[in-house]
Amino acid sequence: MEVLIQNFSYITWQMLVMWAIGGVLIYLAIAKQMEPTLLLPMGFGAILVNLPVAVEGTGVQHVLGTLFSIGIEGAELFPLMLFIGIGAMIDFQPLLTNPKLMIFGAAAQFGIFFTLALASLLGYDLRDAASISIIGAADGPTSIFVATELGSKYLGAIMVAAYSYMALVPLIQPPIIKLCTTKAERKIKMQYKGKPVSKTTKILFPIIVTVIVGLVAPDAVALIGFLMFGNLIRECGVMQSISETAQNALANLVTIFLGITIASQMKAADFLQVDTLIIIGLGLVAFIFDTFGGIMVAKVMNLFSKEKINPMIGAAGISAFPMSARVVHKLGLEEDNQNFLLMHSIGVNVSGQIASVIAGGLILALVKAQIGG
Amino acid sequence: MRVDLLMEALPIMGTGYLGIFIVTGVIIGVVSLLTKLTGR
Repeated sequence: MEVLIQNFSYITWQMLVMWAIGGVLIYLAIAKQMEPTLLLPMGFGAILVNLPVAVEGTGVQHVLGTLFSIGIEGAELFPLMLFIGIGAMIDFQPLLTNPKLMIFGAAAQFGIFFTLALASLLGYDLRDAASISIIGAADGPTSIFVATELGSKYLGAIMVAAYSYMALVPLIQPPIIKLCTTKAERKIKMQYKGKPVSKTTKILFPIIVTVIVGLVAPDAVALIGFLMFGNLIRECGVMQSISETAQNALANLVTIFLGITIASQMKAADFLQVDTLIIIGLGLVAFIFDTFGGIMVAKVMNLFSKEKINPMIGAAGISAFPMSARVVHKLGLEEDNQNFLLMHSIGVNVSGQIASVIAGGLILALVKAQIGG
Repeated sequence: MRVDLLMEALPIMGTGYLGIFIVTGVIIGVVSLLTKLTGR
């Protein structure tokens, strides 16, 4: 009988808090349908790793720890494999039709750099500040990749913040967008000139982007390479079944393991710290200033452009695909039910996907150069 | 407040943000050229 109840004596209040956090994540995933594919495994995993064990690091902790070592810590396999699936899902046509949209993808990385400065000011060393700032990439795999490469001790909090905020984009962005734009600006209609894009362009695009980014930011070549490899599989036209496998089976399988592996970093002792709250706060700052950066560059471009741009599309450059594009489209329709911004915002959104990887690569290169890593 | 750490981060902030625009500019240029060439 004693064997059956001895584990109860190991339960701490911190574990109970983590069970509650796990419960909230599961609730958000099921009841609010916020990124259920990630929040549900993360929530369940948070409960799983905070069950009492007689010896730390044994049992389920050992299993999840092994998954973490292989899939994330070792060679960042999970985020990279997920990128093949994401690449296969993305249609770059709206971007290739109007390549200038990429400017907004670049602009909307502002939050990363603003947060880097803010985190440094708050006392985080360059490795940790850079890892925290990359939450603003609004791109889970990139956040994991950069934080792991830089050896940040806050990987768990960074992963949780990155994925949680991506799920919360429909709540975070609209008030910021409304605050940064006037009603008249939100009503600006943009004509979509759906020019055809040749198959050659679609095939060469992922190869060219990989080479350019690889030359400028070699540290990001794995990320951009796997993303673009997935896209090449999609666009080549001769690997239909593999493209479908990458988009569905591969992406789903990796997502299951990624979510529960992230949770392995949510042990009460590591997670329930003031730093976690600060990091989650800084992540929010990064998302806010990404949105701000994208909108402001669109406003500046409007000063010089004959054809006016709806500045809201700049907000879609934050990479959280396709949530931020949908948010912008919905806000456009709220102002005027004939204002269709979806194709423009999707174009900006996919360019944000590329720009966030470039940002991750540049952060890695610059930080490593500064600290001599 | 660690102003010394901020000073360390500022060059990365500037170079990084500028760098994204430069790389993006190159990609826009190449893609525009590619679209023109393959559209003929």
